[in-house]
Amino acid sequence: MSIVTVQLGQCGNQIGHEVFNAICSDVHGTHGLCSKKENKSYHDACKERFFSEEKSGVPVARAVLVDMEPKVISQALSIAARSGYWKYDDRSHFCQKQGSGNNWANGYSVHGPKHKDIIMNLVQKEAEKCDRLSGFFTIMSMAGGTGSGLGAFVTQCLKDAFPASFILNHVIWPYGTGEVIVQNYNSVLTLSHLYHSSDALLVHENDVIHKICAQLMNIKQISFRDVNQVIAHQLGSVFQPIYTAEGALHYSRSPLGDLMETLVPHPEFKMLGLRNIPQMPESSLAYSSFSWPGLIKHLRQMLIANATMEEGIDWQVRPPRPGSSIPSKHSTSKLLHFNTSIANLVILRGKDMHSADLGSFQDPALYTSWLTPQDAFNLWKTPRAFNKYEKSAALVSNSQFLLKPLDNLVGKAWNMFASKAYIHQYTKFGIEEEDFLDSFTTLEQVISSYTTL
Amino acid sequence: MTQSVVVQVGQCGNQVGCRFWDLALREHAAVNKKGIYDEALSSFFRNVDTRSGGDGHDISKGKICSLKARALLIDMEEGVVNEILQGPLRDVFDSKQLITDVSGSGNNWAVGHKLYGCQYRENIVEKLRKTAEHCDCLQCFFVIHSMGGGTGSGLGTFVLNLLEDEFPEVYRFVTSVYPSSEDDVIISPYNSVLAMKELNEHADCVLPIENESLFDIVNKIHQMVNSGKLGSIVKQNSLVTSSAGSTKAVQEKSFDAMNNIIANLLLNLTSSARFEGSLNMDLNEISMNLVPFPRLHYLVSSLTPLYTLADVNVPSRRLDQMFSDAFSRDHQLIQADPKHSLYLACALLVRGNVQVSDLRRNIERLKPSMHFVSWNQEGWKTGLCSVPPVGHSHSLLALANNTCVKPTFMELKDRFMRLYKKKAHLHHYLHIDGMEQSCFSEAISSLSDLIEEYNELDATKGGPRIDPSRLKIAV
Repeated sequence: MSIVTVQLGQCGNQIGHEVFNAICSDVHGTHGLCSKKENKSYHDACKERFFSEEKSGVPVARAVLVDMEPKVISQALSIAARSGYWKYDDRSHFCQKQGSGNNWANGYSVHGPKHKDIIMNLVQKEAEKCDRLSGFFTIMSMAGGTGSGLGAFVTQCLKDAFPASFILNHVIWPYGTGEVIVQNYNSVLTLSHLYHSSDALLVHENDVIHKICAQLMNIKQISFRDVNQVIAHQLGSVFQPIYTAEGALHYSRSPLGDLMETLVPHPEFKMLGLRNIPQMPESSLAYSSFSWPGLIKHLRQMLIANATMEEGIDWQVRPPRPGSSIPSKHSTSKLLHFNTSIANLVILRGKDMHSADLGSFQDPALYTSWLTPQDAFNLWKTPRAFNKYEKSAALVSNSQFLLKPLDNLVGKAWNMFASKAYIHQYTKFGIEEEDFLDSFTTLEQVISSYTTL
Repeated sequence: MTQSVVVQVGQCGNQVGCRFWDLALREHAAVNKKGIYDEALSSFFRNVDTRSGGDGHDISKGKICSLKARALLIDMEEGVVNEILQGPLRDVFDSKQLITDVSGSGNNWAVGHKLYGCQYRENIVEKLRKTAEHCDCLQCFFVIHSMGGGTGSGLGTFVLNLLEDEFPEVYRFVTSVYPSSEDDVIISPYNSVLAMKELNEHADCVLPIENESLFDIVNKIHQMVNSGKLGSIVKQNSLVTSSAGSTKAVQEKSFDAMNNIIANLLLNLTSSARFEGSLNMDLNEISMNLVPFPRLHYLVSSLTPLYTLADVNVPSRRLDQMFSDAFSRDHQLIQADPKHSLYLACALLVRGNVQVSDLRRNIERLKPSMHFVSWNQEGWKTGLCSVPPVGHSHSLLALANNTCVKPTFMELKDRFMRLYKKKAHLHHYLHIDGMEQSCFSEAISSLSDLIEEYNELDATKGGPRIDPSRLKIAV
């Protein structure tokens, strides 16, 4: 089945372009250290998911590019075309002349309704090119105006127009400081609206990726391109073809559906985090070797201690002992340290993955009491190595990963809201104080639900 | 891509404008080697086919034919505009972009605002419309004027009102040059306070600039050049020191240098809207991020590097110095000390080979020494434009919405009150049609209210921080 990617705003378009690059270089740049037959079926499944064929033979990304200003899209189109490996459809993009000016209300209430028909038309055409449509993957930041505001609007339209398709929103969580001053308002409005229309939100935090670039990738002067490439690699490790069952003959046919089924058992919980291991500069790969038990041990501790990368994990954190009393809501020692999960998915790619033992992820103490580990944990794998890593593991987790960042963000936005600062910029485009209050209510509910797991 | 129109009013406005067009042309010439009319150029210039003579039509693609500034030049005397028309920039403007009179405004706000405003209204609106028609997505008007005189201050703010009426969707950025306390125009405080009321009510953003600060900066640059200390580093034809394209005698070059600083401010402000970058900062993002309350739209600016123009190879130490300088007192374009006042918001517009990690490192480094208002502790907005200014490898424009503008306004108020208490010179104003004493009282109360708003924010500084309690959800 195929996925249609919708890239929204500067951030969405820059990342989307890196994602297709990463997928292409995985498929073309390596043989995957597996049998020819295996590699071929991986290749074919990847093609079907992300690209359509054209007469010229160059794969065309199943993507719709949307921005309110032209510079980023034209750059993405031309860089992709020059790569020779893939390209964007020349007609599958839409841009205007003037951006949304970091104003969510402008993107959501003005640009959205005004350009709805054109954008949805492009999406429709792209969807019709798929023999079988699994759903939509939207990429956007929640800080700015176009990705966040227009993105929230378009997600709602997708939900209405394609009720049977899955929608996964990839959301970039802005740096704590320094990108956009009204980012906390924009984020609160984005998250609350997506919570109503999206099937799941897959979140990347810029601060975390920045740290990975500095500490794991050893990049001295980090650019947005570096950050975006790490994000693209992580996304690729989840979305490249994978076997979802032991002994399966085919690669997963419903990539988004399978993901929702394993990770979103309840509509109140749809915030997904992503962790990868190992991650290192390409030049170091040749000198490194990994064992599955080592990787899995690290990944599990990253999960329970809520570590964002393999360096600096707190090894002291342990799951609560069975039989001990269920900690009360504000029992802080638990809140601060142990990360409770709703559902986890581990994806293994590479040599000898059959030998990997994931028993440590099936401990009931890791999960909320209302799900058994059998329901809450899934393992997907393929012998086909990903992106030059002989062995690699990814963890997609619906857990308390994002509780603290979300709580911080809502707190900061609420502080600002209490002083009424910047509100006039939103009322100018029809978003009133009431709308803000609704959004705050939605997110406080989400925070409360994740807190009481 | 969007376009902007510059409206330069009065002697000061036109002189600064002239420097802006000169430097803008040189900046584009340095980037655009092939002589193709591109989107970056189209933001401030039309490309006109003048071969057939007469009006000429716009050519949207291909070779540069004849560039025309998207500008309206207004002055109520002819001197400065005539000089521009005889100088090297003459081909950039044509007669349809000019509005001049012969008799001047006599340093009287009321003459500029009420008398000439009335008289030239139709003419101004028509020429603005013409200029706007040549744009396919007009985003912003830049008004350049001074506060102390008659034409820039009076007619300049009249034009600002017209812009709001005629083009309510288009942003209005105003560059206002404030007179120094030793200004030779005695009634400049009247003019400035009357103009302030209009700025309070009708501008989206105001970039206040004080002559005194420009003067200090230029003096310092000259001292450094003459002392020979930095002679090898300061490039003679860099943007700040150059006066090519002007017709001034040598002794007037320091005025050019001062005006160049303002012109550079405008170039850097618009760079991200004109050129590519990994983090674009469009003009409409400036007011969105930096103006938390409608009237508090005065942004204190600082430019670096100013004194030591950087080498081509940038050691990271130099780069960090650029960020530190932007917050030092002697780099501000008004007499103010932002570090010891309260920040409501702060923007960093960086050009050249600077990456997001450089930004983050410097924000982390500088943050502890700055005070931000309690509800905007992380009030930073950043933009990265990959094209540096001519002759530099990188540059930084910092815009601060900071209570440090208050002393400038308070001093203005004091000087106004000293005259107003004695009703000195009022009669010069009151005999103009439409000018009444209430204009003065309303203007001063508008200024007092503004000062009071800053006072209230200042009062929160240093006090205990009490976060409002969060929404409670029934579980």
